[in-house]
Amino acid sequence: MAAPTLSSPAGRARPHRPAPSRGRSRGTGRAPWEHETPPLVAALKAVIIVGISLTMVYPLVYIVMMSFAAPSQAHSGTILPTAFSLDAYRAIFRGDAVLQGLGNSLWLTVVGTSLSMVFTTTMAWGLTRTRDVPGARLVLLLALGTMLFNAGMIPHYLLIRSLGLLDSSWSLVLPGLISAFNMVVVRNFFMGLPRDLLDSARIDGAGEWRIFLTIALPLSKPVLAVMSLFYAVGCWNMYFNAMLYLNDASKWPIQVVLQQYVLAGVPLPGAVAAAEAPPPALSLNMAIIVVATVPILVAYPFIQKYFRSGVLTGAIKG
Amino acid sequence: MYAFIVPGLLFFLVFAYLPMLGNVVAFQDFSPFRGIAGSAWVGLDNFTALATDPEVRRAFVNTIVIATLQLIFAFPAPILLALLLNSLLSETVRRFVQTIVYLPHFLSWVIVIAIWTQVVGGDSLATSLLSLVGVEGFNAMGEAETFKILVVLQSMWKDVGWGTIIFFAAIAGIPRELYEAAAVDGAGGWRRTWSITLPGITPVITLLLILNLGGFLTVGFEQMLLQQPAVGADAAQVLDTFVYFRGVAGGQWGIAAAAGIVKGIVATVMVLAANRIAKKLGSQGVF
Repeated sequence: MAAPTLSSPAGRARPHRPAPSRGRSRGTGRAPWEHETPPLVAALKAVIIVGISLTMVYPLVYIVMMSFAAPSQAHSGTILPTAFSLDAYRAIFRGDAVLQGLGNSLWLTVVGTSLSMVFTTTMAWGLTRTRDVPGARLVLLLALGTMLFNAGMIPHYLLIRSLGLLDSSWSLVLPGLISAFNMVVVRNFFMGLPRDLLDSARIDGAGEWRIFLTIALPLSKPVLAVMSLFYAVGCWNMYFNAMLYLNDASKWPIQVVLQQYVLAGVPLPGAVAAAEAPPPALSLNMAIIVVATVPILVAYPFIQKYFRSGVLTGAIKG
Repeated sequence: MYAFIVPGLLFFLVFAYLPMLGNVVAFQDFSPFRGIAGSAWVGLDNFTALATDPEVRRAFVNTIVIATLQLIFAFPAPILLALLLNSLLSETVRRFVQTIVYLPHFLSWVIVIAIWTQVVGGDSLATSLLSLVGVEGFNAMGEAETFKILVVLQSMWKDVGWGTIIFFAAIAGIPRELYEAAAVDGAGGWRRTWSITLPGITPVITLLLILNLGGFLTVGFEQMLLQQPAVGADAAQVLDTFVYFRGVAGGQWGIAAAAGIVKGIVATVMVLAANRIAKKLGSQGVF
């Protein structure tokens, strides 16, 4: 019998599914031979992964919950507070310290990140042509050298001191203006831009600044986003330099405020002085931790998609 | 092009290389009021003082112990986590877990320590829960004996997820044909991980190990500084905190700077040695 070309009932009964058999086209990136995990191993994996995820997330959830807990439930044994209260937040914003700290950190983050991005990207662009710009290779090596050698805390302190920057907010911005690592990451990204495009712009008579501003930067958004996040997080999280260089408490960023009032247990001015019963110290601590963390939690989802774009790996290899 | 380069160059010269010259105070009886020009030169006195100082000895031992624990436990942890996540079949689940485990990396040490204090410190969630089963006064954040383990656990909590990012990139770079060929030859999941994935990411592991050795003696300065009041200097004094307390806080600038120099030299030697060993073993090395 000639093989029937029509779809026979037998053919229906054994439906062949081309997509799954190819596996990789299904979006899981898996070939069919990888689907062979024994159930016990799969269960073990699930337990480990859920355990790790909970370990990372639950402490954060706990802090946020407790910061909103009513005073009657704001003690350490409450796993799931049910009564809601904003007392803790009212209390921490009654005095100046927390507001001032947030303001200082905001200034530091905005100014520090902007300046860092300006100087990092311009330097990175300047170092993309180490072949035909004499001295550029030496400058690149000097920058890379700072990743291996660090002068140490004492000379840095003495430098800030002799520049007259002690007790100035600029002492937090200037020393970290360019991170060699970030600069090299950006440079590598620039190096990967299509040369034809840049060369044709040059032939058309565009100057370096114009090429940099209108071609290189717009094409480098992923790397710029990640680097901005790194600088911004670095500024927002700055603690030790602020403690080292700033004596004036009105200039302290939020991290120092947090350390003073939560870890070192200095009573928060204004929070307890109010006439009515003050909220328990526990909720105050939780609320300060939350206001210091929230900006990071808010910015994180917007940026984290760029982590997968592979902008970071180029630098390590280069 | 020089208009792009010069501002950055000036920055590195002033804020990275000029301070290296400032290390000459290690050879002086330095006081900030007299300045470098006005302070007396004392040769190697500061270095000999270091060698006999019991506090340096303690800081050095603490540093080595913590650094070794970090190397044994915190360094391989992201590799294991990356392999585990890589073996997940669902892309969605994997991305979700990645999003969660990256997050703690972005919290400052002040926040991390504050959170840990509320969860496992004295009068914390853990204290209350354990008192229900009869264990009173639990305070993981105040025990000097277990402090070094705590430090490693904190580092892992903060950075194990973020550390996977580089290994994921390395795993993604391994040709899929290798896995297919191995599967055809009958290699199971474990065998493929052991014989393909691990060798495939070995260059990256070597590279990170070398870079890590450069920071071997830098064991979480802020982490130590913030927790020293709770557990005491015996447990939490490391070389960096010694430099801070002796120099900036204690005014003995010369001795502190000398300690910084010794640490820098040890770090450089370790990087160079690790690089050479890596090359001897057939890896690429960094330079």
